Amino acid sequence: MKSGGILLSLAAISLAAAAGNARIVAPEVDDEVITGKTLPRTLEEYGFFIHADAQMPTTGVLPYRLNTPLYSDGAEKLRFVYVPEGEEVGFGEDGLLQFPVGSALIKTFAFGEGHERRLIETRVLLHREDGWLALPYLWNEEQTEARLAVAGARIDLTTPKGEAISYRVPNKNQCKECHGLDGEVVPIGPKARNLSPEWLESFAQSGFIERPPIVDIRLPEWEARQSASAADAARAYLDVNCAHCHRPGGSASNSGLDLRWEQEDPHALGVMKRPVAAGRGAGSHLYDVVPGKPGESILLHRMLSNEPGVAMPELGKATVDEEGTEAVRRWIAGLPES
Amino acid sequence: MKRIAIFAALIASASPLVAEVHTITPGEGAQERLQEALILAQPGDEILLSAGRYQLTDGLSLDVDYVTLRGEGMDGTVLDFTAQAGAGEGLLVTSDNVTLRDFAVENPKGDGIKSKGADNIVYHRLRVTWTRGPHPENGAYAVYPVESTGVLIAGVKVTGASDAGIYVGQSDRITVRNSIAEANVAGIEIENSRNALVEHNIATRNTGGILVFDLPNLPVMGGGNVIVRNNLVVANDTPNFAPPGNIVAGVRRGTGIMVMANEDVLIEGNVLSGNPTAPVMVIAYVQPFEDDRYNPLARNIVIGENAFEGGGYDPQLEGGEMLKAAFGGELPPVMWDGLGSLYVAEGTPGWTLNLTEAGKGLGAANPTPLTAEPPAGEFDASDIGAPPELEDRLG
Repeated sequence: MKSGGILLSLAAISLAAAAGNARIVAPEVDDEVITGKTLPRTLEEYGFFIHADAQMPTTGVLPYRLNTPLYSDGAEKLRFVYVPEGEEVGFGEDGLLQFPVGSALIKTFAFGEGHERRLIETRVLLHREDGWLALPYLWNEEQTEARLAVAGARIDLTTPKGEAISYRVPNKNQCKECHGLDGEVVPIGPKARNLSPEWLESFAQSGFIERPPIVDIRLPEWEARQSASAADAARAYLDVNCAHCHRPGGSASNSGLDLRWEQEDPHALGVMKRPVAAGRGAGSHLYDVVPGKPGESILLHRMLSNEPGVAMPELGKATVDEEGTEAVRRWIAGLPES
Repeated sequence: MKRIAIFAALIASASPLVAEVHTITPGEGAQERLQEALILAQPGDEILLSAGRYQLTDGLSLDVDYVTLRGEGMDGTVLDFTAQAGAGEGLLVTSDNVTLRDFAVENPKGDGIKSKGADNIVYHRLRVTWTRGPHPENGAYAVYPVESTGVLIAGVKVTGASDAGIYVGQSDRITVRNSIAEANVAGIEIENSRNALVEHNIATRNTGGILVFDLPNLPVMGGGNVIVRNNLVVANDTPNFAPPGNIVAGVRRGTGIMVMANEDVLIEGNVLSGNPTAPVMVIAYVQPFEDDRYNPLARNIVIGENAFEGGGYDPQLEGGEMLKAAFGGELPPVMWDGLGSLYVAEGTPGWTLNLTEAGKGLGAANPTPLTAEPPAGEFDASDIGAPPELEDRLG
């Protein structure tokens, strides 16, 4: 307990110092909590927010959004990134931002609008010396505090579409099911192709990157997907919602299905590919994707299901995404029949 | 939250890890208590599941190396997933050197126990059961290690899987022993794997008893070096209840031991009785495929001495009645498609389709009695089976 205690008191001192300095209300992000060895018990310990319940980030914690986001039962998602001052961010081969040790990604899930808005959970990804660590924090009923919930939780709530669901807050291991790549935890969302040029420009101005990277083809903005091609909309959706598992090195690598944006081999994308371990998830269908026949495609069949053991994705949603499945349906319907 | 504080202290002190036993009891909050223990366990720890029935609503998962999850008997400790609302399996293991033993999993919505990329795993005296018996909406696999090196499955009992009871996929160094696979589509299936030993098991009332498959278009291919010996493969006569899209949906009711594609497989010392389509079937992969890395033929398959009681007396094959009549009322016990290479111990009757090309189906068959060379020499059994040190975790 000793070192933990020291860490905590250090944090307290730095907070006090900041507060005493010039009556600054904004907390400073506590770098030692991010890089430390403990599992912080409350979200507050990090100092990411001036007003956590209003999700007002402190200095250095930058909000961002994704062009095409992950579907999470219609939850409003508030995303933030923190990079220690003076550090630099690189880019991986798939354009994934390579955040230095000490960085944190913060994502809050909320349901309801205006005064009715209720924060459900905040997930943090911490980049420590020994790799990324994913932790879920569960908000209390009063919305005053989010506490660590390593085992996750189930919360009854109503989605924006009016469906009453049992919402699953993932446990620490489930975080890794999606964020795991070759056994390591990695961020998924912030890839250059899924961020707006404006945001990347401002990120460059903050000094974390030298200049915005060149992006060949950007994922379409989901709200504007009607103006994108059917293939781009669907492929973006599949990349963001499925490809963290369905890719080499991912949790579903053994399926042989690879739904990444950059994948060009139709068979790897499921076209006329037989299932491997789908079990009853296959329904009565023979292939993952049958060109021109969405109704005979296992991929869509599983996305349209709510039944555990059939439903895809397996984690992170309890309802069918009507818009996402429509995009995939349109894509499959338009694939030329062979 | 106490546990977390203790955990934090342990980590922070960086002292040598002392193995601990964390005891979990059934009842209120079992889901969270058990999952929390699985997350906070340290390498070397044991999680003891006290006897009783655990009502679980979500899949469980373990991602810590060197952890033992132990119950108080496969009929004493039952993880009941009948009310499962999420996740693709009952229990998922993604860490190395894990031992799972002496508990049961009932009615998971997807697979039973899956371990992926989990090297040196031991499944011992476990039971996975879909209690309603064969049903197409049961989960696919009961016991499901995949993409792992070092797998020991011993004394496991699996019932009701809509694909395979014991399924080992894309793995290396495997032993499946002293286990019972009953009323699944496939009893035991070794798929796209190497160096597997399947011995002293009972496979009964499945659609097919023991399958050794190699499939195209998977990250790991080139299955082979498999020994299937001294198993009781009896009365595998359950009509196929697999969902149609799956490869095992094509397995004919009444298949005893089946090899599809693969190389270097030894089948000997088994007792095969009441497998009405084919006690032993050796064939090439039957579907069209596009994969340059893949060889669809069954190569160097060796059928040693086995005890056959009857052959294909009620084959679920196109033209089965005619075939039976042609062979004097019953098909000989070993069925081969005539492709690849097969060696059969002297005195073992068989028949061949005499196909000349893979993927042509029975239409191109020209069935005749089998004449095959006897095994050329000793089958090279070195490095087949789970690493010996895994045995230390039994008992």
